[in-house]
Amino acid sequence: MLGLKILPKPQFEREVRLLFPRQKSPAQPNRVVVTGAGIVTALGLGCRLNAEGFRAGRPAFRPVTLFDVSRQRAKIAAEVELPPELPPTKLSANTARRLDRATRMLLHAAHEAWTQAGWEPAENLPVVLGTTSGEMALGEKFLQQAIVAPLQKKQQATRVMHYQVQQQGLNLCSAFGFQGPLTSISNACASGANAIGHAWEMLRQGRAEKVLTGGYDILCQLTFAGFDSLQALSTTPCRPFDAQRDGLTLGEGAAILTLETLDHAHKRGAEILGEIIGYGTATDTHHLTQPHPEGKAALTAMTAACASAKLLPGQIDYLNAHGTATPHNDASEAAAINRWAGDGAKDLRVSSTKSVSGHLLGAAGAAEAVVCLLALRGQWLPPQASITTPDPACRFKISGEPADAKIETALSNSFGFGGANATLIFRRWS
Amino acid sequence: MSRIFVHGLGTVSPASWGVAPLQAALTKGDFLPTQSVVRPGWEKPLCIRNVPPPETRPAFYAHPRLRRASDISLHTVAAALEALGGDVVPIQAGALRLGIVVCTMAGSVAYSRRFYEEVLREPSLASPQLFPETVFNAPASHLAAYLNTNGTGYTLVGDDGTFLQGLALATDWLLDNRADGVVVVGAEEMDWVVTEAIRLFQHDAIHSAGAGAIYLRKEKPPAACAELAGITDSFLFTQSQNRTEAARKMRVQLPPCGPDELLCVSAQPNPLAAAAENAAWHDWSGRRLATKSILGEGFTAASAWQCVAACNVIASGRFSAVNTSVVGANQQAIGARFLACAETG
Repeated sequence: MLGLKILPKPQFEREVRLLFPRQKSPAQPNRVVVTGAGIVTALGLGCRLNAEGFRAGRPAFRPVTLFDVSRQRAKIAAEVELPPELPPTKLSANTARRLDRATRMLLHAAHEAWTQAGWEPAENLPVVLGTTSGEMALGEKFLQQAIVAPLQKKQQATRVMHYQVQQQGLNLCSAFGFQGPLTSISNACASGANAIGHAWEMLRQGRAEKVLTGGYDILCQLTFAGFDSLQALSTTPCRPFDAQRDGLTLGEGAAILTLETLDHAHKRGAEILGEIIGYGTATDTHHLTQPHPEGKAALTAMTAACASAKLLPGQIDYLNAHGTATPHNDASEAAAINRWAGDGAKDLRVSSTKSVSGHLLGAAGAAEAVVCLLALRGQWLPPQASITTPDPACRFKISGEPADAKIETALSNSFGFGGANATLIFRRWS
Repeated sequence: MSRIFVHGLGTVSPASWGVAPLQAALTKGDFLPTQSVVRPGWEKPLCIRNVPPPETRPAFYAHPRLRRASDISLHTVAAALEALGGDVVPIQAGALRLGIVVCTMAGSVAYSRRFYEEVLREPSLASPQLFPETVFNAPASHLAAYLNTNGTGYTLVGDDGTFLQGLALATDWLLDNRADGVVVVGAEEMDWVVTEAIRLFQHDAIHSAGAGAIYLRKEKPPAACAELAGITDSFLFTQSQNRTEAARKMRVQLPPCGPDELLCVSAQPNPLAAAAENAAWHDWSGRRLATKSILGEGFTAASAWQCVAACNVIASGRFSAVNTSVVGANQQAIGARFLACAETG
């Protein structure tokens, strides 16, 4: 037979930083806090404008101008108006001038979070990003030219390089002077929440002291036409959990959080914006695009998040629902929330802020995390726009009007194609 | 410190379906034959190394989720099932918590190209059956559905080195007790769009497709196997750290070679990437294996084949340790070390 010899233990230098094996995990999981937040949505650039818009429940939808939608059923989305200038970065002028739309959004959001956190450039700063398609608009241009002018190669190599998901993360690292590692998670519309959850786990288990994380996605024709082909887009502003809802409205944006262990934040005297206390995931195997009618995986994700936060459903003050406004998704999520909250459902305040910002796909979980943090800090409930007749299947309260409220904890759901389900729980920092 | 063991390997490659034909091709060392693929609008076809049809139709093809699935999903499921072996039954029965990590660079590009061509022709008639299959996490979703498992699944997107990041993520889940076992898959598929894109950077590179899978657990398996001894940090190619510097840092983190060890290199077709890797390993005196030169440019599938080949030569007793070096296409340099872990009679 093989007759292998027993070998000595691995001979890695212990002082070097490896992905595996890692240093021993702390006896108790580290507490993880948010010290910076940045957001770009159709409501505007930055936390201030977004807090105003989300607090007022002001929808940001308008006719699509980025590509031709004349032959689509739906014609509106929540497009971001990007300023021509970039925040200050370490990028060369040449590189900065050529940046794609997705990277530009990412840089605006990251700069806001980075500045707020007061972080210095670091040799090793893990970056965990979520996106569904990166800079797909460049991929579309590549394919258009490849089909229409198959012998013409001008700009094609640049498009190939810059459309790829990892390129936006690399640009981000170069812009702020850190070296990663970079992890790009693409779990459809749960990508942003999974990215934050993964970063949270890294910090909790002592695998890093600080992590830059979040999500981003831009509007592009392929995605717009894709959701339209599924008849999942509404021709009017979306109405999550409304009895007459008829589909989602797309948006675009980026949201970034700077996360660090509580000890690390305390040591450097950082201002703390909030705490992440729970994360849960589950895979729904019912169908590639349709959730299980009873929301089994959603229930599992929410339950797991509560278990990790050591909270009962009754201790959640506000729930930011995935709430896309498609008939199937909202029915499934409502069933899951009803079962998860039990008798406490009638007291639970729920809204879907996609009624304001649109569905940001891979950025949704990250943007809604920022909304939860803003609401916890400001002590207001993000109202849901465009609801007239709540679906009677919802046993919970849908927050339809702007209101101040005392909220200590907020839960955010993100569900995606392929059955990717993720739940995050946040706590007010006081 | 907990140890992590390789419990199973699986591949779909231009050498055929399964680890055995892959290993036979690597042992033989000859370039695998190439095929032609039509590139619409070009007189000359493109040269590729594609996955040959399976000798017998795999049973999983009949699963409702996989009847119309893309090639990348079929490759993913085939490689994962081979790696999982006998553990498929307890997973499907809910007796074993499985984590799924699927890594890809180009993703479901064939269906994406077909769907977007339909959009360009007439968006109101674009197929609703194609669009859901274009998302990066469709292969992971199909695999979870086939295995009837609702555990955590992540799809990681990046260059070749992402497969090694996936292995590191799997060790996290195992050590954090989030899963009893984790299958990590690197998967790609063939389409002329990607073949053409590769040629923009390296004219003579030969695009290949397929998947490779490694199944990891904390328990030591009964048979001879490989142990995952370490994964280096991921060193990015950024404005302030070029490919050569990243490769050098990766090399420094791997232990010096012994006389009976193998170096499994990524050997990119791109001369710049190849030069960076060669510079990092210029002092390596042991034997080298360059899987990509035999199998072709398969991105994350190629780095998965590298790791599978490394584990397989260890399990077969031919080498006691293998350093795996991946200097990726455009993101990172990252390495892994596998060791023999068992004595068999």
